[in-house]
Amino acid sequence: MKKPILFLAVVFILCSLFAVNGLAYENEEFYSGAEKGEVINVFNWGEYISDTYEDGLLDVNKEFEKLTGIKVNYVTFESNEDMYAKIKNGGASYDIIIPSDYMIERMISEDLLISFDPETLPNYKYISEKYKNMYYDENNSFSVPYNVGMVGLIYNTKLVKEEPTSWKIMWDEKYSGKILMIDNPRDAFGIAQKLLGYSLNSTDEKEMGDVAQLLIDQKPLLQSYVMDEIFDKMESGEAAMAPYYVGDYIIMKEVNPDLAFVYPKEGVNIFVDAVCIPKTAQNVDAALKYINFLLDPQVALSNALYIGYATPNTAVLEMEEYSDFASNQYLYPSEENMPDTEYFHNLPQESLLMLSQLWNDIKVAGNSITHIYVSFGVIGAVILIGAVYSTIKKKKREYWYDHCE
Amino acid sequence: MKKISKQFVASPYLVWAIVFIVVPLFFVLYYSVTDANGNFTFEHILDIVKYKDIMLNSIWLGFIATVISLVISYPLAYIMARSSANVQRTMMILVMLPMWMNLLIRTYSLMILLQDTGIINSVLSFLKLPNVHMINTQGAVVLGMVYNYIPYMLLPLYSIMAKIDHGLIEAAEDLGANKLKVISKVIFPLSLPGIASGFTMVFVPSVSTFYISKKLGGNAFSLIGDVIEMQFKASNNYNLGSALSLVLMFMIIICMAVMNRFTGDDDDGGVLI
Repeated sequence: MKKPILFLAVVFILCSLFAVNGLAYENEEFYSGAEKGEVINVFNWGEYISDTYEDGLLDVNKEFEKLTGIKVNYVTFESNEDMYAKIKNGGASYDIIIPSDYMIERMISEDLLISFDPETLPNYKYISEKYKNMYYDENNSFSVPYNVGMVGLIYNTKLVKEEPTSWKIMWDEKYSGKILMIDNPRDAFGIAQKLLGYSLNSTDEKEMGDVAQLLIDQKPLLQSYVMDEIFDKMESGEAAMAPYYVGDYIIMKEVNPDLAFVYPKEGVNIFVDAVCIPKTAQNVDAALKYINFLLDPQVALSNALYIGYATPNTAVLEMEEYSDFASNQYLYPSEENMPDTEYFHNLPQESLLMLSQLWNDIKVAGNSITHIYVSFGVIGAVILIGAVYSTIKKKKREYWYDHCE
Repeated sequence: MKKISKQFVASPYLVWAIVFIVVPLFFVLYYSVTDANGNFTFEHILDIVKYKDIMLNSIWLGFIATVISLVISYPLAYIMARSSANVQRTMMILVMLPMWMNLLIRTYSLMILLQDTGIINSVLSFLKLPNVHMINTQGAVVLGMVYNYIPYMLLPLYSIMAKIDHGLIEAAEDLGANKLKVISKVIFPLSLPGIASGFTMVFVPSVSTFYISKKLGGNAFSLIGDVIEMQFKASNNYNLGSALSLVLMFMIIICMAVMNRFTGDDDDGGVLI
C-alpha cells in the first residue's frame, strides 16, 4: 500500500513544481482570493482568443484557471446582434462579454452593462491613450478596449487578376458565384453605404432603402453570406473575394499566400471591440480579474499574435515577438496610407427596427418559385383524380357485389 | 387501483411532455399573437403573406427529398426484410452508422465534398474531366436532406416489411398473380403504414431544417427554417419567429392530414400521427 502513496506524492510534487515554474504574470496578488468552485462565464466572438500552446502562445483561459483557480466557461457568438439578443432576453447570464463599439453604446443606453472603474485594474495602464474615453463610453466606465480593426476587401490574386480599389468590384458580374458577403446587417450595409457615398450611421429612410436595394441587386452574384467560414472559403480558393476584418486577413494569408488585401477608396469601417460586464453577471469580482488578465502583456501578446487584430495594448507593441505585426502596413497603416474611416454609432430605435426588417427582406429576396406553384397544382390534380377514380371504382365494386347475390 | 398505477408509470413522460412540449408550445402561441410590448395583435401571423414563397419553397424541397428517400428506401427495405438474419444485421448497422455522427458534422463534410474546390471536383480535375458545379444549388440542399434523413424512412419501412406474412405472398402467387400484381396488390397495401410514418419522419424535419440549406444552399435558397432562425438570433424578433413557426406547424399538419387520407385507412399501429 505504501508505494501508490509514494507515487502520488511524487506526482503531486512534480505538479506543484510545474505550477510554480509556470509563467509569471504581473501583479499576481491581484488574482488571489478566489473561493473554491468559483466560475466565470465568458461570452466572446468565435476565434477571438488564444486557445493553444502551439508556437509559443498561451491558452489564455487555461492560464487564467491555473492562476486564479476560477473555472472559465467559454461560449462564443457570431455577431453583435446574436450576442445582444441573448443578453437582452435573459436566458443565460455571462460575466464577460466583448461587443463592438456601437453595440456597447446601445447596451449602455439600455442599461444592460455594469459600470466599473478600470483604473482599479493594475494592468489598465497599458491601454493606449488613443483608445480611452472613446465616443461609445466617454467616461471610461463600462468597457476596456480589447482589439481594434478595420474592414477591408480580401481577394485571391489567382482569381482576381486586376487590383481592386473600390467596393464596386463586389458588384462585378465577372466574379458571379465567387463573391462572399459578410453576414451581419451593420457590416453588410456599411459596404453598400460607403459605395453610395452615405454615412455608415445614416438614418435617412430613403438612403437605407437605396442601400437595401443595392444589396438585393448584389445577391444573385454572391456565393453566400458567411462569417467565420470566410477563413475556409478564402484559404481554399473556393471564393475570390470577401470583405472582412484586416486581422483575419493576416491569419488567412499565412495559410494561403495568394491572398491580398485592400482598403477600398470609398472608405471603410473602423471598430473597437471592448470587454464589458453585463448587468446579469453573477461574479463581477472574477470578471474584473479576467479583464485585468487580458491586459497582461504576456496574455495580450498571445492574443494579438493569435487573433491578428491591432492591439490597444502599448506594452505589446514594443515587444520583439510582435515586431512583424507591428510593422504590417495594413494592420497599422502609416498616416499617408490611412484609408477613410468611420466608426459605427448606435442608431435610434426606429432605424434599428428598419435595419433589421430590410436585412430580412434582403435575405428573403429572390426566390423565384413559379415552377413550384405549377408542380403543386399538378400534384394536387393527380391526387384529386386518384381520389375520384378510387371512389368510383369502390362504388362500382359495391354495386357489383350487391347485385351478384 | 390498477388505473392509478398505470398513470403513475406514465408520469415521467407526462411531466416531460408538459415541461418540454406543452409549455413551450404555449410560449410560441403567446409570442405569435403579441407584439414586442406584450399587446395582443395578429400582425405577425398576417405577416406570413410576405414569406409565403419561401414557405412553399421549403415544403416543395421537403416533399422532393421525402419522395426521393422513399424511392431509394422502398426496394432496399424489401430486400433487407427478405434476407438472412446476418445480412439484415450488417445492413442495419450500415444504415445506422452515419447517424452516430452529428448532423452538423455530416452536413459540413457534405459541403466540403461538393464545393467547387472540394474533393469530388478535385478528383474530376485530376482525371481531366470537366468540373461539376454542385454546391449552392437546390439539388445540393435536397441531397443534404435525403442524406441526413433517409434512415428515418428506411427504418419504419423495414420494420413493417419484416412483419408481412410470407404466406400472403405465396397465396397470391398460388392464385395466379404475377410478380407485379403481388407487389401492387399485396406488398404495397400492407406497407402503407410504414410509408406514412417514414413520410412524416422525413418530411417534417426536412421542411423545417435550417442548417442544411444554409451550408449547402449558400444564400440563394433560404428556407423557412433559416428565416425563423434569423428572427430569434440576428433580428431579435421573437414574435415574428413564433408566428412563422406556428404557421409552419399548421402547414405541416395539413400536409400530413392529406397524406394520411391515402395511407391511414388501415387501423394499423404503424402510423405515427
